[in-house]
Amino acid sequence: MNVLDFARAFFSDSAHWHGYDGVPARFAEHIGYCLEALAIAAAIGLPVGLLTGHTGRGGNALAFLATAGRALPSFGLLVLMVIWIGLGLLPAMIPLVVLAVPPILVTTYEAVRSVDPSPVDAARGMGMPEARVLFQVEVPVALPLILSGLRTAAVQIVSTATIAAYIGLGGLGRYIIDGLYQKDYEKVVGGATLVAGLALVTLAVFWAVSRFAVSPGVRRGGRG
Amino acid sequence: MIRIDAVTKRYPDGTVAVDRLSLEIPDRAITVLVGPSGCGKTTTLRMINRMVEPTEGSILLDGRDIRQQPVNTLRRSMGYVIQNAGLFPHRTILDNIATVPRLLGRSRRQARDRAAELMERVGLDTALAGRYPYQLSGGQQQRVGVARALAADPPVLLMDEPFSAVDPVVRKQLQDELLRIQEELGKTIVFVTHDIDEAIKLGTRVAVLRTGGRLAQYAPPAELLSAPADSFVEDFLGADRGIRRLSFFPSAGLELQTAPLVPADADAGTLAARATAAPYLLVTDADGRPLGWSEPGRLTAGAVDRDELLDFGRPFVPGTDSLRAALDGAVLSPTGWAVAVDGEGRAIGVVSQQAIGEAIRAAHGRVAERTEEAAGR
Repeated sequence: MNVLDFARAFFSDSAHWHGYDGVPARFAEHIGYCLEALAIAAAIGLPVGLLTGHTGRGGNALAFLATAGRALPSFGLLVLMVIWIGLGLLPAMIPLVVLAVPPILVTTYEAVRSVDPSPVDAARGMGMPEARVLFQVEVPVALPLILSGLRTAAVQIVSTATIAAYIGLGGLGRYIIDGLYQKDYEKVVGGATLVAGLALVTLAVFWAVSRFAVSPGVRRGGRG
Repeated sequence: MIRIDAVTKRYPDGTVAVDRLSLEIPDRAITVLVGPSGCGKTTTLRMINRMVEPTEGSILLDGRDIRQQPVNTLRRSMGYVIQNAGLFPHRTILDNIATVPRLLGRSRRQARDRAAELMERVGLDTALAGRYPYQLSGGQQQRVGVARALAADPPVLLMDEPFSAVDPVVRKQLQDELLRIQEELGKTIVFVTHDIDEAIKLGTRVAVLRTGGRLAQYAPPAELLSAPADSFVEDFLGADRGIRRLSFFPSAGLELQTAPLVPADADAGTLAARATAAPYLLVTDADGRPLGWSEPGRLTAGAVDRDELLDFGRPFVPGTDSLRAALDGAVLSPTGWAVAVDGEGRAIGVVSQQAIGEAIRAAHGRVAERTEEAAGR
C-alpha cells in the first residue's frame, strides 16, 4: 500500500468522522490550540515589534532574543515544561508561543524600520501625533510585511501543535502519535494529511486577509 | 513675520550645523535659503517647525516664541513640502491632500471637498483623485505635496528642496506654478534649495549660507547678482552672473526699428525703398509673423524663396521679457539683430546688439543712481 492508499483508507472509514476522536473534533481542538498560541504570540510580538520599530531602539536585543527563541527545540521545551509545571494546556502552549514570537517580533520590527522615511517625516512635519504616525502611516505601509511574519508564525504553529498530543492533549497530533504507537499507518498518514491541509488553509486565510486589509497603494510593489 | 534670532544648532558630537544665524523673513514673500550641502539650510528650515530644536537662540513667529504653543499646533499652522513629496503610499491622492484638515477635526466630507478644490488650484486633473501615489509621475506627486501643504490654508509654507528630484522641464513648470499660486495666495514661504538659479528665479529675498551654517549674504536676487558680498557668494553665483542679472531689467524701453520689416508679398517699389534702410530685411508672412532674414539684394518682388531666408533666432516680447531675453535673441540671430514680437507672435520690430548694449548700460546707470540716492538719504 502506498501513501495515497493509506490516506484514502483513513478518510473513507466512517469511524474517523464521529465522536471525540473524530476528524471534526480533533480539527477543532487543533485550531483552538493554534489560535490561542498565535493570539498570545501576537500579543507579545506585535506591540514590542511596533514600538521598537517606531523608535528604532532595541534592535540588537531583539535579534538576540529571536535567535535564542529559534534555537530552542520545541519538543525539548515541551518536556522541560511538563517536568516543571506538570501536565495541562500551559506546558504545550509555552513552546508554541516561544516558537511563534520571534518571526512576529522580528518581522514587525523590520517592517516598521523599513518604511520609507519621507512620508513619516512629512506626517510629523504636518503635526501628526506620534501614535497616529505609527498607526496611520507606518503600520498601513508596513502591513504586508507584518502579515507575512504572522503567516510564518501561524504555519509553524499549525505543524508544531501536533506535539500537544505527546502530553495527552488532543488535536491532529493524536492521529500521528496514536497511529505510530499502534502501528496503524492509515491513521499516521491521515493525521499528517490533515495537518498539511490545515497549513494550506492558513496560507489561504492570510492571503484573503491581506487582500482585504492592505491598501492597493501599498500592495503593488511586490510585497505580500 | 518670522524672526530667527541668533540661532545655533550644535549636535552632541560637536558638529555645528547652524552658527548664530539671524534672519528676518517677511510676510507674503518667498524667502529662499540657498547654499552648498552642509550649510545648515535644511536644519534652519526644520527649526522653524521644530522638527529640529535649536541649541541656542530663539525663533519668533509674529513676535511670539514658537515654543509657546504646542508643537503639533505650530506644525499644523505651517504647510510642509519635502523632496520626493513624501506622500502616504496607502492613501489616495484625495485623502493625502485631506490629511491636515482631518487632523484639525474637519469632517471627512468637508476635508475631501477642500482637497478637490486644491487639486484644481495646483493644476492637477481631479480625475486623479482616486489614484494612489505610485500611479503618478514625479511632477504630479510634487504637486500633490504642495496641495497637501496648502490644504488647511496655513499662513506659512516651508518647502525643503521640493523640486530637486524632478527633471529640468518639469521643474520649470513647477516653479512657474509656484509663482502663480503665490501671486494668488500670498503665503509666507521659506524655500530651501541648493540651486542658485532656482533661488534667483523664485526668491523675493535670498539668504546665501556658507558651510558651517553662517550667513554669507541676505539680499534681493538682483542685488545678489550685482553686488555679491564676498568671493564665496561670487563663486556660488557662478560665472555668468552679469548675464543673469539682465533678467531683472525690463526690455520695455528698447527702441524698436520697423523699417527692416517687409511682408513676403511686398512689391518691387517697397523692396527698393527698404533696401537702403537697413543692411538686412526681416521677411514676414501674411499675418505679420517673422519668416527669416535676407539681404536686400537677394529679394525679388513676388518670389520670396522661404528656404533661402536666414534663421531669426528666438524672438522676445518687449515688456514681458527681460533684457536677457532680448540679448539672447540678438546673439542667436545670425544678423546680430533681435526680433521683437507681440503676444500673438507677430513681428513688431527689430533691435540691434548695439542698441541692447546701450539699454544695459542705461539700466546699470539707473541702478547706480538709486543706490547713491539711498546711500545719501
